[in-house]
Amino acid sequence: MNLGNSGSLRTGRGTSEAASSDAHDAHRVARDAHRVAVRFSGVDFAHREAEVLKNASFHVHEGEFVALIGPNGSGKTTILRLILGLASPGAGSIEVFGAPPELARGAVGYVPQSMSFDRAFPISVEEVVRMGRLSGAGRGCLKGGCSDVDDALEMADVADLRDRPYAALSGGQRRRVLVARALASKPRLLVLDEPTANMDEESERRLYAVLGSLKGSATVIIATHDTDFVSALTDVVLCVNGRSGDEAPGGVARHASGPVERVSSGHYGGAILQVLHDTDLPDDARCVSCADGTAETAAPASAGAAPGSSPAEPQGGER
Amino acid sequence: MSFFSALFDPAMPFVRNALVAGILSSILFGVLGSVVTVKRIAGLAGAISHAVLGGIGLALYLSANKIVPGLPPIAGALVFALISAALIGLVSLKAKQREDTVINALWAIGMSIGIVFIAKTPGYADPMSYLFGNILLVSARDLVMLGVLDILVIVLAWRYYPQIEASAFDEEFARTRGVSTDAVFLVILGVTAIAVVLLQTYVGIVMVIAMLTLPAGTSGYFARNLAGMMAIGTLFSVAFSVAGLAISWGLDLPSGAIVVLVAGATFLAVSALRAGRKA
Repeated sequence: MNLGNSGSLRTGRGTSEAASSDAHDAHRVARDAHRVAVRFSGVDFAHREAEVLKNASFHVHEGEFVALIGPNGSGKTTILRLILGLASPGAGSIEVFGAPPELARGAVGYVPQSMSFDRAFPISVEEVVRMGRLSGAGRGCLKGGCSDVDDALEMADVADLRDRPYAALSGGQRRRVLVARALASKPRLLVLDEPTANMDEESERRLYAVLGSLKGSATVIIATHDTDFVSALTDVVLCVNGRSGDEAPGGVARHASGPVERVSSGHYGGAILQVLHDTDLPDDARCVSCADGTAETAAPASAGAAPGSSPAEPQGGER
Repeated sequence: MSFFSALFDPAMPFVRNALVAGILSSILFGVLGSVVTVKRIAGLAGAISHAVLGGIGLALYLSANKIVPGLPPIAGALVFALISAALIGLVSLKAKQREDTVINALWAIGMSIGIVFIAKTPGYADPMSYLFGNILLVSARDLVMLGVLDILVIVLAWRYYPQIEASAFDEEFARTRGVSTDAVFLVILGVTAIAVVLLQTYVGIVMVIAMLTLPAGTSGYFARNLAGMMAIGTLFSVAFSVAGLAISWGLDLPSGAIVVLVAGATFLAVSALRAGRKA
């Protein structure tokens, strides 16, 4: 089963080229929205007998930008690990692009939450990004001149750092390098775990600019412990162990989001949305029919979004 | 007679053997030592190297009592090394909360078994020679085995370099790219176990772990990547070996201990210089 990339990510192309392919991109985004990227069906997961997920069910369409929110310890990282095939559910089923997660790994890029690393480990930025081209026991992309690595470095805005030792970078730069590493495989699904934790505002702005450039061309799932606000890039808000009180413990609820009236301190490098925890949405809120996996995007999940607004043109308050 | 005169003396082939052993060992110390260092498994390698004494003692006992006539100590060492590597590897992967306890227990139990069997072995068997080694006793057969292991380690390191680098740098990410990190870990432990058995002839059980970490640790200050660390570590190890052998010959001191002291002094000096530069 070939679940690998299908050239779904935009690469560092010129302005005129980008303009000429906008129509093509729009068509592709609409086509991808018919497909389900991730589907959890009745998933249970326990860690050392502590129940983390109980009958969790949700699905995400291709091309959607998803905020997976919840307090610390709620199970966000567990969900990401299940998507990546790094953990197995106790019950229920998980599909990534219609296949078990272990078989879909080649199509998924992963940016870990906080990678503890040996500062004495001698390795350059380019070598870290090359790891993204690894596949099983293959030789990957050992030498320079690998265009996917060059593209990823450009996209993540770290091309000028390529020869620098990884340990010499700031925290924000390292996080963008890890994003580049995830992009090097041209993933159809990009999974980020708390990507802006302990990040300064400038680094956060640059990271979200990178993610914004992926909007619509890849499915993006971002886990964050900020349960009040999400980036305005967000199409879908999934609340893990939500706090509306309506959903069962261990579940994943789909909540609405809306524009922010006034924000004193900003997040996510630009426009943001407020999560409306009191407004639960059905799991098929963005579908006409999802049961058979041939979903069709029907309406933005954002309760306050302007009618007919494009998912690529986020609504929300500026910082 | 100076060390370098002895090298060319036809009546002293053991000196040339010692030098060749030092160079061949340096490849293992540089390449495998870099992997052990960046994987941070020096403690595990230390446990394996000490558990090896159990196999040596058992082999000496079985051979001396004609239970298994002619059983060489290296055979017992190899069996114990591989068994302890497998146990330590499984414990490390499956029982992380008790990892330290179990590994230290294997370390102590292996050594104790060795001491008990050596004590009950008829005749005289000196555990000191196994603990601290004697490079001047290296045989031509030892050199061939070291050469074969060098080739194996170089081929494995070249072929699986991306997997080794990724699993050492970020194991979880490596798994998401389909790398069998557990297999990489167990193979590294297994090869380290075999290397420890061959290398203990050179610097002994106690000090082999020092040579698996000091040249690589020193080269880590100069290398830009893991491959560079392996190459520079090998060069450092050659330098330490030649200097250590020459000094030990000149001052009539134990060669293994002097090689380790030269390596340790260089590592500490470089570390102090680096720390001073940062301050």
